[in-house]
Amino acid sequence: MTLNRQHFAKFQSLIALVVLCIVLSCLSDKFLTVDNGWNVMRQISVNICIAVGMTLVVLTSGIDLSVGSVLALCGAITAGLMKNGIEVHSSNLYIGFTLLGAILAGLFTGAGVGAFNGFAITRFKVPPFVATLAMLTIARGLTLLWTQGFPISVFGEKFGYIGTGWFLGIPVPVWISAIVVLTAVVITMKTPLGRYIYAIGGNENAAKLSGINVSKVKIIVYSMAGALAAVGGLIVTSRLDSAQPNAGISYELDAIAAVVIGGTSLSGGKGTIWGTVLGAVIIGVLNNGLVLLNVSPFWQQVVKGGVILLAVIIDKANSKSE
Amino acid sequence: MLVADHITKKFPGVIALQDVCMELHPGKVNAILGENGAGKSTLMKILSGVYPEYEGRILLQDTEVNFANPREAQGAGIGIIHQELNLVPHLSITENIFLGREITNRWGMLDGKAMKDRTRALLDKLKLNVSPDTLIFDLKVGQQQVVEIAKALLTDCQVLIMDEPTSAITESEVEVLFGIIKELRDENKVIVYISHKLDELFKIADRYIVLRDGKTIESGEMKDINHDTLIHKMVGREINIIRNKGYEATTEPVLAINNINLKHPENQKRDLLKNVSLHLCPGEVLGIFGLMGAGRTELLETIFGLHRAHTGSINIKQQSTNFRSPGEAMKAGIALVPEDRKKDGLLLNLDVKTNISITTLDNLQSMGLLHDGKEQQLAKKYIDSLKIKTPSANQLTKNLSGGNQQKIVLAKCLATQPIVLMLDEPTRGIDINAKNEIYKLILELAATGMGIIMVSSELPEILAISDRILVMAEGSITAEFKAADASEDNILKAAIPKNL
Repeated sequence: MTLNRQHFAKFQSLIALVVLCIVLSCLSDKFLTVDNGWNVMRQISVNICIAVGMTLVVLTSGIDLSVGSVLALCGAITAGLMKNGIEVHSSNLYIGFTLLGAILAGLFTGAGVGAFNGFAITRFKVPPFVATLAMLTIARGLTLLWTQGFPISVFGEKFGYIGTGWFLGIPVPVWISAIVVLTAVVITMKTPLGRYIYAIGGNENAAKLSGINVSKVKIIVYSMAGALAAVGGLIVTSRLDSAQPNAGISYELDAIAAVVIGGTSLSGGKGTIWGTVLGAVIIGVLNNGLVLLNVSPFWQQVVKGGVILLAVIIDKANSKSE
Repeated sequence: MLVADHITKKFPGVIALQDVCMELHPGKVNAILGENGAGKSTLMKILSGVYPEYEGRILLQDTEVNFANPREAQGAGIGIIHQELNLVPHLSITENIFLGREITNRWGMLDGKAMKDRTRALLDKLKLNVSPDTLIFDLKVGQQQVVEIAKALLTDCQVLIMDEPTSAITESEVEVLFGIIKELRDENKVIVYISHKLDELFKIADRYIVLRDGKTIESGEMKDINHDTLIHKMVGREINIIRNKGYEATTEPVLAINNINLKHPENQKRDLLKNVSLHLCPGEVLGIFGLMGAGRTELLETIFGLHRAHTGSINIKQQSTNFRSPGEAMKAGIALVPEDRKKDGLLLNLDVKTNISITTLDNLQSMGLLHDGKEQQLAKKYIDSLKIKTPSANQLTKNLSGGNQQKIVLAKCLATQPIVLMLDEPTRGIDINAKNEIYKLILELAATGMGIIMVSSELPEILAISDRILVMAEGSITAEFKAADASEDNILKAAIPKNL
């Protein structure tokens, strides 16, 4: 029965999206063009990566506020290693990094920071909100330390391909986010891990008594969220051809918004990856449309907030009417 | 007078109350009796406005009332003291009593003095000799109970409903409470007293109303009925299972535990388990009886790897083990059906299939992905063999009745193919038919050679299906009986704590 309801809710946001697109294409002749379509998709690819990780975390009834800072940290680490390698002056040691090595180091940093979040949450019972809020500050501080507060830039064409390249007529960031989404869909729908994620969010006690290693699952989930933030960091850094120490500020909020608009319950156990993707697309289209219509950036924020609120109110009304 | 007229209340998958009629008289203590799941609490929630939707009528002083929320019921003079205390620990007595109905002065500010004076008057009336400024946190449970009563009395209530008011308080506190109840009764209030402690009812109640499986069975004057008849009316049935010959231990025990000690995790001075030893043979049904807080649940949890801080040894098939988690215990062949199926057993928002398969997903994969066919097959196997009544394997578990939910918890335990099955209050809150089916299942499983431990606070079921009975009190095992030697009397005697 909930499945029907979820389908209906999904359907509903889909209708909302279609209506939004029709309205925008009537109001602006620039909206419904191929160029603008790719533009929107490229813009939301970063949020999709982060929001997918966020969905997994929220499904376990957690939250990850650190993803924006982790994005900046991982982007900076990859950039720094690529450009300067590691130099230890005292022992005259120099380690150079290949492009792939630097990218992997960035991804591992993200996963590691996420694992640390998960560890603090499971081992020391720190509430996820607090643990990841602390990490939000810590990771931002580490980014500033690593970059000394200056952007690290210019890496050449190869790295730029990640954020600006095209493959088979589709922008590379769109490919990346598509792979992330499909992998997450398979994990949530088709693997024991996915099932455990829903079980823990639905009833952590019952999950534990069913023999599920709750701590392990949570640590994995936060690591995934961290690694996906790192993927976002690679895309951002590559697109700008520069790692900004203040990149990704408040990205966690956009990700949470996508999750919520997508119908995932913040108390856990209920929701889908597809819902989140739809949520991210709605936010992306809305942003894009408001820019095309020359709406003041101040009003853009008001409208975006209103949409989030509306989405949740509709969702609540749905679950009550059942 | 408060009258319930043909009240019916349905929840998804279960009829909690069916055509319930009763008259609650003023100037009397009206006792409502019934087993767990008989519908007592549901009825009280309707009377006090918690459930505004039901069929039938409620009459208060001959006028029909329909409370949309507890506040309206309160306004109409119905006060209720719930089984779980509803006090805010870090607020004072005064603040708790006036919560949501604070007295304010003409500037809209709290009038502390007025509230404190009223509180002091109430506490005096109830003979609770503490300052109104005391934090709830610092009161004993019995005193907190009195504060609840004061809260109910604040709005001059005509009807006072008490749901199991003595479940957490000591004997001397009970005496004080009874004194208060008698005084209120003599003020011509309708007192509704819910309990299943019969001795208590014979002391305090004037009238009785028996509920069973959501129906009113009988009502009358307390003085016209005796203990045994009352029990018979509450239970209303014999447990009808046929046992084959008594069990005789012939093999080595499958589970043996020695000298288990466990301290309270937050209070090292309190012992939860003291020197507990027991053994269980394959095919044996071991019943463990004990009152609330006797340590029965903690014992099962310790065996299941949930309390790592215990001392003593646990041996499975002569192998010493030390489980660090339920997952490890399950791998070794131990399964636990927990006491509270909604809180600890089920994923209520997920379907039957998912609930049954959750313990054995590792066996239901092909190439790392879940195999839907195998999962359906597993679910179907248990839906058929345990006779789980559900429209399909894809039905959400929250829409099923208590008995069927319990069978699902049992199914997910059996799916792990345990050699020892531990059941904690396996028939709590389920109807008679489901109970009998569960008993039959337990015996069938034992006949296949599974070792079974059943913890229960229902004596009839302990006596009916155990091969051997252990009695626990205050964290220790106080007696052991063979089925043939056990009786209600000698079990209860051993179960009552010595130093209350």
